[in-house]
Amino acid sequence: MSARVLVGVKRVIDYAVKIRVKPDRTGVVTDGVKHSMNPFCEIAVEEAVKLKEKKLVKEVVAVSCGPQQVQETIRTALAMGADRGIHVEVSGKDYETLGPLQVSKIFAALAKKEQADLIILGKQAIDDDCNQTGQMTAALLDWPQGTFASEVTLEADKLKVVREIDGGLETIKINLPAVVTADLRLNTPRYATLPNIMKAKKKKITNVKPADLGVDVSSRLEVLKVEKLKEAGRI
Amino acid sequence: MFPACRYSLQARRCVGALKAVQAEHVAPQVCSTRSSSSTLSRITTHYSVYPRDKDPRWEGVEMERFADEADVVIVGGGPAGLSAAIRLKQLASQHEKELRVCVVEKASQIGAHTLSGACLEPTALSELIPDWKERGAPLNTPVTEDKFSILTEKYRIPVPILPGLPMNNHGNYLVRLGHFVRWLGEQAEELGVELYPGYAASEVLFHEDGSVKGIATNDVGIAKDGSPKDVFERGMELHAKVTLFGEGCHGHLAKQLYKQFNLRGNCEPQTYAIGLKELWVIDEKKWCPGRTEHSVGWPLNRNTYGGSFLYHLNEGEPLVALGFVVGLDYTNPYLSPFREFQRWKHHPSIMSTLEGGNRIAYGARALNEGGFQSIPKLTFPGGMLIGCSPGFMNVPKIKGTHTAMKSGMLAAESAFSKITDENLQSETAGLYIPEYEEAFKKSWIWKELYSVRNIRPSFHNYFGLYGGMVYTGIFYWILRGKEPWTLKHNGLDADQLKPAKDCTPIEYPKPDGKISFDLLSSVALSGTNHEHDQPFCPAETQSFSCVYEYVPLETGDGMRLQINAQNCVHCKTCDIKDPSQNINWVVPEGSGGPAYNGM
Repeated sequence: MSARVLVGVKRVIDYAVKIRVKPDRTGVVTDGVKHSMNPFCEIAVEEAVKLKEKKLVKEVVAVSCGPQQVQETIRTALAMGADRGIHVEVSGKDYETLGPLQVSKIFAALAKKEQADLIILGKQAIDDDCNQTGQMTAALLDWPQGTFASEVTLEADKLKVVREIDGGLETIKINLPAVVTADLRLNTPRYATLPNIMKAKKKKITNVKPADLGVDVSSRLEVLKVEKLKEAGRI
Repeated sequence: MFPACRYSLQARRCVGALKAVQAEHVAPQVCSTRSSSSTLSRITTHYSVYPRDKDPRWEGVEMERFADEADVVIVGGGPAGLSAAIRLKQLASQHEKELRVCVVEKASQIGAHTLSGACLEPTALSELIPDWKERGAPLNTPVTEDKFSILTEKYRIPVPILPGLPMNNHGNYLVRLGHFVRWLGEQAEELGVELYPGYAASEVLFHEDGSVKGIATNDVGIAKDGSPKDVFERGMELHAKVTLFGEGCHGHLAKQLYKQFNLRGNCEPQTYAIGLKELWVIDEKKWCPGRTEHSVGWPLNRNTYGGSFLYHLNEGEPLVALGFVVGLDYTNPYLSPFREFQRWKHHPSIMSTLEGGNRIAYGARALNEGGFQSIPKLTFPGGMLIGCSPGFMNVPKIKGTHTAMKSGMLAAESAFSKITDENLQSETAGLYIPEYEEAFKKSWIWKELYSVRNIRPSFHNYFGLYGGMVYTGIFYWILRGKEPWTLKHNGLDADQLKPAKDCTPIEYPKPDGKISFDLLSSVALSGTNHEHDQPFCPAETQSFSCVYEYVPLETGDGMRLQINAQNCVHCKTCDIKDPSQNINWVVPEGSGGPAYNGM
């Protein structure tokens, strides 16, 4: 099979860290705080690598958008088994306002450029909880989508996806190329072991700017304020 | 023990009482576990207690490890380890040699497990990186005000800090050591050091001749019951010509090495203290960046060694770092260093600074107090000990970072010449470098530790704290430690606890949620987390993050020991203070543990 899979990985604040709102109320403190790969993105990478191990896809490409630090996240994906990485450079103010719409435009452009057959993303990021990027990417590309996937099976050129929905489990068959977003029970991600981290250093990460892909990352949203939630039970 | 016929009636009663006490110390849950093992789970499933080659669940599991070679492997990415790495690479580029230096660190990022006051003496830093200021080292707060006081329950008695006293901080910087260590990590990476945070060294590897071959990182993917999970992966072996062990205070690999090479044969056992720390954002009006305050006295009694620190940091927002240190040789089992710390914050002079402020971080770590008398042999075939692991803290100054960094640099210098010597004929496969110990004895660390060697032991007298202060005044301030005698410590910290029935319980006030807090909410602030499905440390004692607790048995009466290993902040105090010494702290899967940010 000659399929190429694009996997999106997002660098987010680690889930165990206690979040603190910045004194100027424009956001949360991120400087020096422990970051890690979004847990749903780990599951997405694991699924892509499993497909490669079953020889159903040829190449797994890990993609992340952000400043220099996201390269660590891409390296973790490479250590888990991705073949190469793409770092879309977005920094400063643009990074602060980067949201699902801009990211999905970037992914749509990359999918066309890299001639990807499958895009696997995490269902949502644990920092913004948007749950929009997968769906928007599919819409921009006019591709079918299998979201909240708890099981993915490749059958010839069709994808059978079992989705976790409120009513239970829904099984759908979609044509490739397609977008799949990973839910919790899809798989258990493997550890990025030290020998694999060392090997990953030799794998290639290409740098790309959004402008090179023809994407405008400016946002039409303005954050007015970020506040700490008042404790429950207190007025 | 002694033949019973020699005893008088009184003596026989004493011996009987002692035996009863020994039985009391064996906590009830251990007995019940042994007798009804079917109903209660084992306390630990760690492979060091239950070997895997006899376990049927491990049959057929691939146990082969991937191995790699480096010139030098450094265990621990703290001030000592990183200074050694930087020094090695500096020498390599100076002499145009190629050197592969790998640092393994159990924290998920460099600096995440670092905790210290901290008031840094920049002597070692200026030797290592003379242009540290231009390179942006985060030493942003020079000490401007230095205060020392003795506290009573309501009052504060200031003590003048005369120049020459160890606690004089002129020329030093208040730092967030985690950020400083992170900056050191960046300097190391720029020089080409391979840093591997998130990978814990869990095993020392030996050549056939007994010298150290390197280390192995821990296996991952083992379930709580000790069986392999689907994601089981064997750790990796890193072999080196020489391995530097810089695990910090009471390192678990160092503990093995002491036994293996008998490194502690000629020194006293190490004694420790526990340091608890919080970071607060306070009211701007009360903030005086550069102010350094230390206190002794209340709430500790005069025979319990300990004291507090409160540093005003200049890092953009009105931040203070404050904490409490208690010597782990305390005798009263009712004493809780955590609660003493919370209680101390209610002293009027401290409350006035904290009122209206917000606590943003908490952490705890053991520190060593043995000083000169407890320095072990530092070098053995294939390896060397650096930093707080052997223990070079200057106790009256409460500073150990500068000596740790210097020891790393000395180790690097002695190792470099031996490693790059092409004609070297080594007797052992792992290099033995006694030059390190010789250089160490000629360095300023040795002189500094020698001059303050008697200050900490001088507290072991009837007047406790006050006797110690008088001794310091006479013998250190006037005579600079030149007295010909060396006082001894009291022995192992674990042996100091008196039976509970001989001590008065201490009534601690309830935490008020504004100035003082309970343990669980403090642990949440340390950002600590571990993969929950993994085996516990083999091991009843206290922890600074609610790891060990007694919970009522589900069946009704009696209590059982519950180990909440997920809460562990890696302070190592349980391994140190446990009276029966049956707790052996081992590393969890790498990248677990606290997530300190600039502590």
